[in-house]
Amino acid sequence: MTQETISREVVVGIEQGLHARPADLLAREARKWQSRIELVADRQRADGKSILELLTLAAEAGTRLVVEATGPDAREAVDAIGGLFDRNFSEPNSHT
Amino acid sequence: MKFSDFVATDAIRSDVEAGTKPAVIREMAEALVEAGRLPAGELEGIVKAIMKREDLGSTGIGRGVAVPHTKHPSVDRLVGTVAVSRKGIDFESLDGEPVHLFFLLVSPPDRPGDHLRALENISRQLRDDAFCRRLKASNTPADIEHLLEEADSHGVVT
Repeated sequence: MTQETISREVVVGIEQGLHARPADLLAREARKWQSRIELVADRQRADGKSILELLTLAAEAGTRLVVEATGPDAREAVDAIGGLFDRNFSEPNSHT
Repeated sequence: MKFSDFVATDAIRSDVEAGTKPAVIREMAEALVEAGRLPAGELEGIVKAIMKREDLGSTGIGRGVAVPHTKHPSVDRLVGTVAVSRKGIDFESLDGEPVHLFFLLVSPPDRPGDHLRALENISRQLRDDAFCRRLKASNTPADIEHLLEEADSHGVVT
């Protein structure tokens, strides 16, 4: 049970896309958890704990990503990171 | 997007004098002014905007790299430059490491996609240890220019 993998789809709602600040917030959140955390796009995966890797996704507004966590706190980690997307990283929404 | 699409080669610095975060940002912005890529009259406003962005959270993205940036109406296309600090500068990075490699970007307010693709290019190249090592070891702006050209055309040879 300790190596459970949990995943959840999220959508990038930020008008500017997943740029440096949200990538920084995401990596900081991801580093709070023991689980391995990845963000999965169409053609690539990025380590959720690395800003550098997250930026290689170049995820624009509207991009669908999957948050995937494996480890003892996978569920909590996915909830926390999904919450960042749900709250739009406290940035202006692309639809407003 | 390639480095050649946004890096002003005349503004590349291989050995910055600055020892602090505000000083290195100013030195790089001044280099862009000297290269004729930013209007001199906008220098203070641009430096201030970049520092304001840093206040929201450091752009030190780890592995000794920082990407200070801002949007600014004085540019009509993305412009940037590269600088290397031999001694390293405290940039309040996520991993706490001093920063040696700097990529400064100024983009037009209405082009978030270009900014995102420049960040993508920078971060993709920086994942390559050989690229980081050679950038850090560059002795002249011309060395850096050649390294960026190499990365643009086929990736860096170890």
